[in-house]
Amino acid sequence: MNAMTERQRTFALFTVLIVVGCIAPFVLYPTFLMKLLCFALFACAFNLLLGFAGLLSFGHAAFFGGSAYITGYLCRDLGLSPELGLLAGAAFGGVLGALFGLLAIRREGIYFAMITLGLAQLVYFVAVQMPFTGGEDGMQGIPRGKLFGLVDLSNNIAMYFFVFAVFVGGFWLIHRTIHSPFGQILKAIRDNEPRAISLGYDVARFKLLAFVISASLAGLAGSMKSLVFQLASLADVHWHTSGQVVLMTLLGGLGTILGPVAGAFTIVSLENLLADKVGSWVEVIMGAIFVVCVLLFRRGVVGEIGALFGKKPAAGPAGH
Amino acid sequence: MEIFGIPSPAFFGQLLLGLINGSFYAILSLGLAIIFGLLNIINFAHGAQYMVGAFVAWMGFTWLGIGYWWALILSPLVVGAVAVLIERTMLKQLYKLDHLYGLLLTFGLALMAEGVFKNYFGVSGESYEVPELLQGGINLGFMYLPIYRAWVVVAAMAVCFSAWYAIERTSLGATLRAATQRPDLVQALGINVPVLLTATYAVGAGLAAFAGVLAAPIMQVNPVMGSNLIIVVFAVVVIGGMGSILGSIVTGLGLGVVEGLTKVFYPEASAVVIFVVMVLVLLVKPAGLFGKQA
Amino acid sequence: MKLKPIAQAVALSLVLATAAQAQVSDGVVKIGVLTDLSGTYSDLAGNGTLIATKMAIDDFTAAEKPTFKIEMVSADHQNKGDISSNKAREWIERDKVDVVTELVTSSTALAVQKIGKEKNRIVIINGAGSTAITNEACNDVTVHYTYDTYAVANGTAKAVTKAGGKKWFFLTADYAFGHALEKDASDVVKSSGGEVVGGVRHPFPTSDFSSFLLKAQSSGAQIIGLANAGGDTINSIKQAAEFGITGKQQLAGLLMFITDIHSLGLKTTQGMYLTEGFYWDLNDETRAWSKRFFAQHKRMPTMVQAGQYSSTMHYLKAVKAANTDDTAKVMAQMKKMPINDFFAKNGTIREDGRMVHDMYLMQVKTPAESKTPWDYYKVKAVIPAAEAFQPLSASRCPLIKK
Repeated sequence: MNAMTERQRTFALFTVLIVVGCIAPFVLYPTFLMKLLCFALFACAFNLLLGFAGLLSFGHAAFFGGSAYITGYLCRDLGLSPELGLLAGAAFGGVLGALFGLLAIRREGIYFAMITLGLAQLVYFVAVQMPFTGGEDGMQGIPRGKLFGLVDLSNNIAMYFFVFAVFVGGFWLIHRTIHSPFGQILKAIRDNEPRAISLGYDVARFKLLAFVISASLAGLAGSMKSLVFQLASLADVHWHTSGQVVLMTLLGGLGTILGPVAGAFTIVSLENLLADKVGSWVEVIMGAIFVVCVLLFRRGVVGEIGALFGKKPAAGPAGH
Repeated sequence: MEIFGIPSPAFFGQLLLGLINGSFYAILSLGLAIIFGLLNIINFAHGAQYMVGAFVAWMGFTWLGIGYWWALILSPLVVGAVAVLIERTMLKQLYKLDHLYGLLLTFGLALMAEGVFKNYFGVSGESYEVPELLQGGINLGFMYLPIYRAWVVVAAMAVCFSAWYAIERTSLGATLRAATQRPDLVQALGINVPVLLTATYAVGAGLAAFAGVLAAPIMQVNPVMGSNLIIVVFAVVVIGGMGSILGSIVTGLGLGVVEGLTKVFYPEASAVVIFVVMVLVLLVKPAGLFGKQA
Repeated sequence: MKLKPIAQAVALSLVLATAAQAQVSDGVVKIGVLTDLSGTYSDLAGNGTLIATKMAIDDFTAAEKPTFKIEMVSADHQNKGDISSNKAREWIERDKVDVVTELVTSSTALAVQKIGKEKNRIVIINGAGSTAITNEACNDVTVHYTYDTYAVANGTAKAVTKAGGKKWFFLTADYAFGHALEKDASDVVKSSGGEVVGGVRHPFPTSDFSSFLLKAQSSGAQIIGLANAGGDTINSIKQAAEFGITGKQQLAGLLMFITDIHSLGLKTTQGMYLTEGFYWDLNDETRAWSKRFFAQHKRMPTMVQAGQYSSTMHYLKAVKAANTDDTAKVMAQMKKMPINDFFAKNGTIREDGRMVHDMYLMQVKTPAESKTPWDYYKVKAVIPAAEAFQPLSASRCPLIKK
């Protein structure tokens, strides 16, 4: 492994990712895979913030769900094409993220988390009050439309490859961000903020930028989900969703590239699997998994596997 | 006479009701603040402990015929005992780690507790009677006040201020506070710090159970009664300043009143007003109203 | 080298797709029950609806000796639209489910209804109450079977207003279903000669209603209409009793189930009016079925659970009569046959998908009047099918030509 250069490793990672992604829809159920990808992108976006900038946002549902509504509204009521709808969703996530970021970025730790939660609750309130969201009935019947006016996305396989392409794009962007000088500075801030300040970095600006990127990708994930399921609902903006993305990231492995993907896959599959099998015991089993994970596999699925192969443990939030 | 466009009797009525709800916030946020301040754990299971407290009271009455007054003592003890188990077997390992892990673990525990109770009791919940001694109400002129609600305020105040006194004004409290600052030093003085921490968690959980028993006669005892509340109580603790004992009590009461008034002027927003207050407070005072500046 | 398996997979999926389009019955009728097994609505629907479905399948198999096999699959949609639409798609596309049923909570029902139309499969809704299902969102593959918010709000409001409760105050959950309940009820209050003197919209969910009740108290209303559901209704009623409101003003529950009464107890709920689509103690037939249900579930059935049995039975009978599981033909058959069982007498499925049947105005008994467990209701009036539901003349469903 060490013999490979960074460039080769990245190439290998993306090759495997694309090959697996292209075979998957012929083996597994495409709609389910699309859901996995949406949540995986959401978790990756979140991980960019928590894992690499050390910022725990407890309000990411606002971007995910808020953008889902915006895309839904634009595509259904104004007849926008899906690719423009997605772009608008991502832009909305970014703008909302800038707003959240400006208010929250100068606070730390639990206070940062609580400000983001508070702002996200406001977004939830607005979603309940605004007539166009359809309240708890949800925004129904969002059309998948035609990609670039050509490809009919109501075909599941076509939709899958569109979603997969967007996912790879988003994943690549996150990967690039992490490995760019910007990403290095973020990590430096995470590990030792005073040192970063003394080196002359405008810490607040870097954090804000990370927040905006993360929020806009979370928004993109939410927008995509609204197209896949043709539905945006209050569950998407509820704080449970904010909590869920934290869990996905931790379960998969904080601060690892593939961790959030693994975490999202684990939780979404469990949710799907348990829905048929155990009925009302879903909650208990999920709860037990979190407990076991915290007690025994604190590095998360990917982090533990990495540790098995003797790689340095993934950088998580440091102890106090 | 009118205040802000509503008749003053109604206004005073709403203030009083707000204060009563604030009492619940005060006890719950007090427990959270104690646990956070001394153990550095964000106890997401607090809502579940509140719910279990109410259920223990109900089970005691329905299955064993144990009345309300005994429940007020026994239920916190039962929940406290479970808390000891949780602290000894799980939480103990997490003190040195990031808050995140404590939060995740207690969140998992809360999910499990809620799931189990849902399976056995359903979601509609069970009814618990107001104890005979406290039935009926008094006509205050501006409103009808059920005696039980008056009792809630009295009991809550008594418990909150004794807890505050014990921690801030007694030698035991001083030791506790010292143990969180310098566990090594306190240990060296011959005090068993781990036992102290276990006891603290049990007391915090016991307070939640106490609030649960207090709530049982007014609110339907159901498995989700805590999960709806916990997130609001978190906001209360943060507004007061994490870990500040007095802050959590005063803020709890104050926010109860703020919420009560919102219910009069803009009822739709009464669930969100506390979060608005939280954001505003944190922008002005980054460590909360009573928190020490980091 | 990677192309071969892909090509095979593509070919296979094409074969599967054409097979599904050919609508050849594979000898199995598959019923998918999508419900809330763990959340807010698991008492009124939940596991009880799975039991009811199984009972219907067993009874049908024993009585009709069908030539086809019947299978049931079930899942917990956790009240999330994405889980329910994912499951419904998966069931229809991959597992060849013929009918998706139950669907408590309107967001899940409306989502699955759309999928049913897209994939041409039958959807039978029992748990959700939104009137949008047979109005704006109506289509020709959906049946709304047990009740809707119009029927329950309308029935109670009309009867109470006619009995002299002229001045109303509404305590409304600030959500679409709360608004719908309030609107349907207040329309009827006004048209029956009453007036609405005030109202308050509370967040959903709320645990303390004292502030709102204080407002209701000072409004001078005779009736407090509870346009909310589940835990909110339960806590409003409980706290109304605590604040001594119940004696002076009357409460009217606009959306209540027998499980709510069971959970609150008769002492707090006595004298309340509410509308139900079913009650276990109506006659020998309802008692006989409900006792069998009770033996398995340890609780008496709600109208949703009874409706689940009745609608499943009706569907299976239609499949047998039409001798196919083709959506359009079964649907035509379901609409043609009247429903006559313990649940409904001469029930019919209208063009908009609404199953219309008699509803019952109930008054909750006093503790003294109640002789046995679950003996909770006095039937005050039978609301005939023709009056119980929103008339077709007021329909907003595009299928209805005016």
